[in-house]
Amino acid sequence: MNATPKIRLRDVRKSFGSKRVLAGIDLDIAKGESVVVIGGSGTGKSVMIKSIIGIILADSGVIEVDGQDVTQVPASQRDEVNRKFGMLFQGGALFDSLPVWENVAFGVIQREHIGRKQAKDRAIETLAKVGLSADVAELSPSELSGGMQKRVGLARAIAGEPEIVFFDEPTTGLDPIMADVINDLIISVVKKQGITALSITHDMHSARKIADRITMLYEGKLIWDGPAGTVDNSGNPYVQQFVNGAAEGPIKMQVRR
Amino acid sequence: MNFLALIGSVVLAFLGHLGRLTIFTATALSHCVRPPLYPRHIGRQMIDIGYYSLPVVGLTAIFSGMVLALQSYTGFARFAAGSETAVANVVIISLTRELGPVLAGLMVAGRIGASMAAEIGTMRVTEQIDALTTLSTNPFKYLVVPRLIAGLLMLPALVLVADIIGVFGGFVVSVYKLGFNPAAYITNSYDMLEPLDVISGLVKAAVFGFLIALMGCYAGYHSKGGAQGVGAATTNAVVSSSILILTFNYIITELFFGT
Repeated sequence: MNATPKIRLRDVRKSFGSKRVLAGIDLDIAKGESVVVIGGSGTGKSVMIKSIIGIILADSGVIEVDGQDVTQVPASQRDEVNRKFGMLFQGGALFDSLPVWENVAFGVIQREHIGRKQAKDRAIETLAKVGLSADVAELSPSELSGGMQKRVGLARAIAGEPEIVFFDEPTTGLDPIMADVINDLIISVVKKQGITALSITHDMHSARKIADRITMLYEGKLIWDGPAGTVDNSGNPYVQQFVNGAAEGPIKMQVRR
Repeated sequence: MNFLALIGSVVLAFLGHLGRLTIFTATALSHCVRPPLYPRHIGRQMIDIGYYSLPVVGLTAIFSGMVLALQSYTGFARFAAGSETAVANVVIISLTRELGPVLAGLMVAGRIGASMAAEIGTMRVTEQIDALTTLSTNPFKYLVVPRLIAGLLMLPALVLVADIIGVFGGFVVSVYKLGFNPAAYITNSYDMLEPLDVISGLVKAAVFGFLIALMGCYAGYHSKGGAQGVGAATTNAVVSSSILILTFNYIITELFFGT
């Protein structure tokens, strides 16, 4: 409680029409901490991250980054805030009209207005951090496998040396081995650069591995929060059911019979 | 009661669209006049819209000019002999005032409006537009503004070319099929033409180019729901820009020539 949290959410709410997605989220993330939000598909995990970044505007509530309420920041200064962020999107969201290196250097080119040659060198350096060689730089994103696209996405997210990185389902759609490679990369990248990380996933293996702290989103609220090691003995029936992947339990899936 | 509810929901949906489109247009325009612009992107869009539409627009123009000469000749023959002057006049005035901008506009709407909606729509559903925001890049500046500027500038250029090719089409049919005197045809065309005929056509073209790009970007930007959503966005872009082209064609004609 001595330092200002890197990210602080207070009573963040968001509805789409009559559908309430976030019903009052409270969350503190300390500097350098890696927090993973678990929860079923369609429970609003992505909405939570996107409202922090400002892609989606929350209906109400306080979202503070370094103690500054970013919901009150005027649009013209929003870029200043977004500089602190990097994001790995679920499907990679690489720009398919640009080669890999331009994807990675995109943010750097926009922000620092450096020459293309210099930007390319920076991009190749960043690609090396995620274990990709320089030959990948010239390829188009559509020529890459899913795992490589994720890695390029990760390289793009960290290329601007962000203070906070968001990971949206970093391991979804990958084979278990590639998923673990991505987990290792996330750990090495985040820990090495002292980055604060907020991830969302429903892959428990990944969550246990990359998280310092795990919290669970259910029906628009964070219903449990604890150190990653205690997730298996949470004593919370909802978390218990999710962690064990049981169909029977307090969480009722809407399955038509 | 259900019938009233239906009317209400249709009206509300229409007003919602209108509001979103207005905000979209205002935002896009405000970004047009604020740096940074992306000259490389504007250039690429100009090549896409201008250069690569030349074959389509050229073919449309030459056949329109040809058929116009043929039709007006057979039509005028019912009333009077000596329709040589009238054919040349009809061809050049209808092309520069009406057919050039409208046909070029409709062809470009099908070609460019659709591809803009599909490209931006795909970027929307694959989160590439969100990714732009996280990389300190305004999607309006990066995606919309270059297309609007390129559309606004390139369509008049296309229409100018279409006017010339169309008149050439009329000339070919008149001279080689109908046996007109070539020198007299050119004199007749040129004498009748007033600057305003061409200028009004080019103004129309600029407006149409802007509308095509605007509707393409708008439909793409607001598309949702995967492949089907992008398909719907493409259809919407082409249909709405075509209708707007025809509507604005009347309005601009009224402004220029209505008394």
